Amino acid sequence: MNVNVKPEAAKRTSTRLAIADCDIHPVRSSPNAFDPWLSARWRDHLKTFGSPRRLAMQAGPAFPKGQPDAARRDALPPEGGRAGSSLSFMQAQHLDPNNVTFGVLNPLQSGQGVANPELCAALCAATNEWQVAEWTSKDSRLKASVVVPYESADVSAAEIRKWAGHKDFVQVLVLSRTGEPLGNRRYWPIYQAAAEAGLPVAVHAFGYGGGPITSTGWPSHYIEEMAGHAQSCQAGLASIVIEGVFERFPKLKIVMVEAGFAWAPAFAWRLDKTWKALRAETPHLKRPPSEYLKEHVWWTTQPMEEPEPRTHVLDTIGWMGWDRLLFATDYPHWDFDDPSLALPLPISEEQRLSFFRENALAVYGVKA
Amino acid sequence: MIEAGAIDCDVHPTVPSLEALVPYMSEHWQDMVKTRGLDELVSISYPANSPITARADWRPAKGKPAGTLEQMRTECLDPFKTSIAICNCLYGAQLLFSEDMGSAFASAVNDWIAKEWLDREPRLRGSIVVQTQNVEMAVEEIERCAKNPRFVQVLLLASGDHPLGKRFYWPIYAAAERHGLTVGIHAGSNYHNPPTAVGWPSYYTEDYAAQAQAFQTQLTSLICEGVFSSYPKLKVVLLESGWTWLPAHLWRLSKYWHGLRMEIPWVDRSPMEIVKTNVRLSLQPTDAPPDPASLEKIIEHMQSDEILLFSTDYPHGQFEGMEVLPQGLPKSLVRKIMIDNPRATYARLLETVT
Amino acid sequence: MSRHVVAPTREIPPGSRKLFTIKGRPIAIFNLNGDFYGMFNRCPHQGGSLCEGAVTGLVESTAAGRYSYSRRGEIIRCPWHGWEFDIRTGKSYCSPDKVKARSYPVETAHGAELVEGPYVAETVPVHVEEDYIVVEM
Repeated sequence: MNVNVKPEAAKRTSTRLAIADCDIHPVRSSPNAFDPWLSARWRDHLKTFGSPRRLAMQAGPAFPKGQPDAARRDALPPEGGRAGSSLSFMQAQHLDPNNVTFGVLNPLQSGQGVANPELCAALCAATNEWQVAEWTSKDSRLKASVVVPYESADVSAAEIRKWAGHKDFVQVLVLSRTGEPLGNRRYWPIYQAAAEAGLPVAVHAFGYGGGPITSTGWPSHYIEEMAGHAQSCQAGLASIVIEGVFERFPKLKIVMVEAGFAWAPAFAWRLDKTWKALRAETPHLKRPPSEYLKEHVWWTTQPMEEPEPRTHVLDTIGWMGWDRLLFATDYPHWDFDDPSLALPLPISEEQRLSFFRENALAVYGVKA
Repeated sequence: MIEAGAIDCDVHPTVPSLEALVPYMSEHWQDMVKTRGLDELVSISYPANSPITARADWRPAKGKPAGTLEQMRTECLDPFKTSIAICNCLYGAQLLFSEDMGSAFASAVNDWIAKEWLDREPRLRGSIVVQTQNVEMAVEEIERCAKNPRFVQVLLLASGDHPLGKRFYWPIYAAAERHGLTVGIHAGSNYHNPPTAVGWPSYYTEDYAAQAQAFQTQLTSLICEGVFSSYPKLKVVLLESGWTWLPAHLWRLSKYWHGLRMEIPWVDRSPMEIVKTNVRLSLQPTDAPPDPASLEKIIEHMQSDEILLFSTDYPHGQFEGMEVLPQGLPKSLVRKIMIDNPRATYARLLETVT
Repeated sequence: MSRHVVAPTREIPPGSRKLFTIKGRPIAIFNLNGDFYGMFNRCPHQGGSLCEGAVTGLVESTAAGRYSYSRRGEIIRCPWHGWEFDIRTGKSYCSPDKVKARSYPVETAHGAELVEGPYVAETVPVHVEEDYIVVEM
């Protein structure tokens, strides 16, 4: 039994660097939170049939997590409810003390990946309304993602067009484990609509496309799934590059979220080497893959890489470019990165500002 | 400068045709090949005429690249002054869904390698090709071929039916450890699952690039499932993986192990430590950074000079001319990579290496 | 070092814990079956509030698929990244080689050295005097 275990919130705001947090996970305060935006048909459908995704369990993940809800245990709101469901607690525990002046919401459990395509679309649309009603309209630091039913690309494009130009939406959100690799032409209407709207497309780790989550079948353990996001994100990103999405949509920006980033340099080197040898196969690519990556792709920083010695990660960031990384905490998840501790390395003030804020503001087109 | 006497850990003798394997099959299977009109088992991992499948100057006017011993001698063993080369035959016996047919073909490939290559050229060693759907039959084949001291390794593919760490496969590792055979995991898939974590790619370029992720997945699986805890003497070699992805992968896996140790409590050392003692990677291809100084940094990130093993990947087209050692490879490591590390890895070489 | 009388023993029943501020530092006190242990409330990894973590037993294994469970309630997992620390000693279960465990017999209130290391949760000596919990810092 815990008795009086919570430390007092640190009073740090005014002296701390103002930062951008490019991966915050708001959660519904109750299972019915989307009801105001769901028709009677879908409310009844959900009661009877639920919202199965392409996995065995009605609720919960295919690989049980290491902590309940994959959340920090100290992120449970004092008033009750799940971690991430209380705006006031998020403000008190995270936004205020960490001086987050720009926070991007990536709602998971939003209906994305739900197998029934119409239900999926309805839930995604409701999620977008909910983000405005419960979050962005109440705290102007928070910005929303257009959550889309990505397996239905045309419906996704329509949802993007609906929100394009709305001041609260800064990106489109898809999940990384899609039914087919993300560069496949069936997803191109999403990129078209996003590029036209000037919205980056964020690819966030997770989702269930329906196939095994590795190229060699299903692993046994949660730790393998977590390590494996690096592989599935590489596969999706390689597809986007090699299929020519950036040639077709030169204004498109992609943000890889919660995928890790240290894999990026060797990934780029391999793509370049392979493309060079096999160039005749991809005449639609006018430039080496690494150039597309340098112009169109950014990575969020969480989970932060922790080599020993820590300075090795500076080599990695040097290879990627200090303009490629967008700081993120993944609040309220367990593998949260505290901004004051995420990069305990000797870097220049310019590098620090880029990493913690300026890159994000540039990518999302926000004036400081 | 290439060291004379190097050990080349990855060369690919090419089966000229199914016809060449038929003499090594039982009467029953010989009949099946003929009666059913079986096709060649050539994997899409290496499209026949693609530039990676064979370097242009290693393509003969007639016949297959690396199709004869004469080709391998003049194009590979002699010019690179190789003392020993390990043959990894990529004929697609593993592609089949029938475990019986797969086993029959794998046996034929192994007998063909032994007779046509190992017996005729003292510099050659071989890997035992097995299908992996039926592990009992795979172990039988390993036991059978292990009697021939010229076989030094069991050959598996980077993507198969299940992640290779799963206990289902452990009898293979037990047999390999028992006989002092390494386990070689080679780029390619049996395509029993889509070849990427997110489905089937449209282009060969994607498929080939995706091999690096397959190796990452297998390394995670072997470590997390505890293969090296249960078989501490086992050496696993990742062949044709590109290798520069290794440090970043281990940073991530080690970080998660710290927080999720309780899920896999049999893993009692950091993944980085396990790789240092049990896992090796072949040199070609090297997915190299554009500047040579950065290659040295990546090697520094690996925190061990015992991990890389020399290979040409002959006849695959990975480098020009004699430029098999990537630019930026520290000279102090050349002898280790070309001779010492392979000797330390392949226990069965000790019997025959001079 | 000075003695700090932090609370009567009945304030922390067996199996529970409480956070105190002593000399300006947050210190978590745990009651394991009537024995008291103290720990600096910041995880040596990235500063998570250890007091808010889950308490578990120790899961070990000699072979894949075999689990040996012991010491129920004696391991604290940091609420952030889940790193495991022995409440009695501060020892981390992932980097035993890097850890110089700092163990305190409950009755001893002095004589131990402060041991630094990246993967040690810093423990503080705690003992009981006439039903009061005393911390020496």
